[in-house]
Amino acid sequence: MTRVAVLKGGRSLERQVSLKSGARVQDALHRLGHDVVAIDVGHDLVRRLRDAAPEVAFVALHGRDGEDGTVQELLEALAIPYTGSGVSACIRCADKVIAKHHMLDAGIPTPDFFAFNETAFKELGAADALPAIEARLGFPLVVKPAGQGSALGIKFAAAAKDVPGALVATFSYGDKVLLERHVRGRDLAVSVLDGEALPVVEAVPTEEEFYDFEARYEIGRTQFVCPAELREGLTARAQELALQVWEVLGCRAFARIDLMLSTDGGELTVLEANAIPGMTDTSLLPMAADAAGIGFDALIQRIVDLAA
Amino acid sequence: MTIDDRDARTPGEPRSMTSALGRRQTSRDLERYAGLFAARTKVMKSSAMRDLMALTERSDIISLAGGLPDTSSFPSESFAAIMGSVAVDSTARSLQYGPTEGLTVLKNCIAEVMAEEGTLVDPDDVLVTTGGQQVIDLVCKTLIDPGDIIIAEAPTYPGAVPTFCSYQAEVIQIGLDEDGMRIDELEAMLDRLDREGRRPKFIYTVPTFQNPGGTTMSLPRRRRLVEVIRRRELLVLEDNPYGLLRYEGDALPTLYALEGGDFVIYLGTFSKILSPGVRLGWSVGPRPVLEKMNIGKQASDLCSSSLTQLFVAAYFDSGRWQDYVQSLREIYRRRRDVMLDSLAECLGPESSWTHPQGGLFIWVTLPDYIDTTDLLARALDEHVAFVPGRAAFLDGRGGSSMRLNFSGVGEADIREGVRRIGEVVREQVELYGTLTGRHRAVEPRAEPAPALPDVELADVLHLPPAPERRRRPDAREG
Repeated sequence: MTRVAVLKGGRSLERQVSLKSGARVQDALHRLGHDVVAIDVGHDLVRRLRDAAPEVAFVALHGRDGEDGTVQELLEALAIPYTGSGVSACIRCADKVIAKHHMLDAGIPTPDFFAFNETAFKELGAADALPAIEARLGFPLVVKPAGQGSALGIKFAAAAKDVPGALVATFSYGDKVLLERHVRGRDLAVSVLDGEALPVVEAVPTEEEFYDFEARYEIGRTQFVCPAELREGLTARAQELALQVWEVLGCRAFARIDLMLSTDGGELTVLEANAIPGMTDTSLLPMAADAAGIGFDALIQRIVDLAA
Repeated sequence: MTIDDRDARTPGEPRSMTSALGRRQTSRDLERYAGLFAARTKVMKSSAMRDLMALTERSDIISLAGGLPDTSSFPSESFAAIMGSVAVDSTARSLQYGPTEGLTVLKNCIAEVMAEEGTLVDPDDVLVTTGGQQVIDLVCKTLIDPGDIIIAEAPTYPGAVPTFCSYQAEVIQIGLDEDGMRIDELEAMLDRLDREGRRPKFIYTVPTFQNPGGTTMSLPRRRRLVEVIRRRELLVLEDNPYGLLRYEGDALPTLYALEGGDFVIYLGTFSKILSPGVRLGWSVGPRPVLEKMNIGKQASDLCSSSLTQLFVAAYFDSGRWQDYVQSLREIYRRRRDVMLDSLAECLGPESSWTHPQGGLFIWVTLPDYIDTTDLLARALDEHVAFVPGRAAFLDGRGGSSMRLNFSGVGEADIREGVRRIGEVVREQVELYGTLTGRHRAVEPRAEPAPALPDVELADVLHLPPAPERRRRPDAREG
């Protein structure tokens, strides 16, 4: 029996998702016979961690503070072993721009992009560069915040006239945004557990054209296929890419790498890496583990064992 | 052809756990439940907005999002005394089930409240419900088959949207202007439906101090609406939670009073004149409809709480209910004025808002390039919240509007909350100006902008197509 503090909730925009992840993790830890303390992360986090004196902190937080290295730094300071990636990998994964630059440097294919903060537009006249950017990326193009998960704030500009509105909207979610080439194709996710790639999951939205926030968390809104039915060699290639990303970003214990398989050309590109993928009923890591014969409870136990 | 590539893997390829497993597998756990869900759950959606709205309840947020009345001014001694008398005088009764249609003592109070607005009813004709929301549910339960048409206002009460959706109604929204629902548009729509051989099951309206629009249907419009429904024999659901909360202007007769009750189903509630915590509302209307609603209520919850019904009856016995409503009017009038003044100070000329004569809400419309659902994410950073306008539409409109509540927070918080909203709006207006080469002037103005009509809201006969989905499938959660 281990005394485990489950950190969940917090004040990020993905609070509700985190509460769902956290609740499932708590249930599993109870079934596994651990001593569980649930902490809804807030101003009193340090005090509550000191009071609880856990042997392991299970970080079931998503988004700002929880997934970007902040809480991890705090746990380092308190010398409490915690689940998932360390501070530096969290920082690299949580910022899509940093992650994509690491991928580019390592020769890992990722959709072409440009990234700017608000200052670039306000002080440096970056707006004048938009036509050139649009010409290079083509339409439709994707505008997304560098630091949000769950598809929050992702906009889709069909023409030049849509770009300013999409940028304004996306800057609502953070001070850095990226404009990215749109890849039409199939949504794939490869979860990695302790350096081993799990079966590929394909998310096929049943109604929506896109795998958006609603499609992600609504039971029955998306059909998940695991292992994904892929042409010969593609599964291995997707898993190989995921492991390369895992290495390059320095992930630990588990992570989920999201890829696109383009409709034209069948090329695989990596969109991003998630240091703390969801653990909800509709989340992909538990699904992939299950397909590999690792049930949810066993997955949670593995993650606790891997805490450092 | 799709083949399972696991068999094709050659030694030396990355190690993978897929080899441990035999065949294709969809997520068992999910499908086990999803396969059992009723078809109606497909339109009972969760959304990013709903998750964002959950954040607005944090204690460090100034929330102008709720529809909460101020219950803090209710004297605690009176509350204790009334509860005490119920406990002593009606112990067994208050702990017992009651009749589905409600206790007679409460129905007498309801008749008194309605008389205060000039609507005379026989207490025997009243159906007591568990909040006004239950009336909306029961009316749908009684009248709506999947695919049936409900006509509502644009914007409409956000709380009615999930109810309409769960009964799989087709909702057609008719524009509002400063005189309430546009009856000319309503008639044009009814004619069009007629030609298609279709007929709405009912028209849903909040004629007085509309939620979320803040506008009030004028007397000529009320008369015209009554004339239209009598001529066409259509039912109206008149939702009137705020009628007694008037801060200026003359009271108007309810549709129910004007029409006589043949085609109007009236919805009232104690939530805004006393307490939403007692969960008590009511309905009066055509007897055959009310009888079916009664049976529907029996199926839903047998009866509303005897305890709170007796509490409200005892409270009315104490004879102070009008004084309390008057004290609420004074509090809310000041708060409304503070909010209107703050909006004039803090929002630029690109924005407009309504000037409600009563009720709890102001409807603000920002420039069309600002999306208020996204803006809410930014506003939450500044610890302030509102309801994005899209919540009041079923067709994707309302993206640039927001609903602000002025009853639930104090004057200082209203000032500060509106100031923060003004800041984030100003930021976005400036950024948009920079991005488009239009450096817009953002000087605050002295006078509020003209209220509705809003071109977008009024353009109901030419409903724009559902906006193109702007999200795309990359970037998963976590």
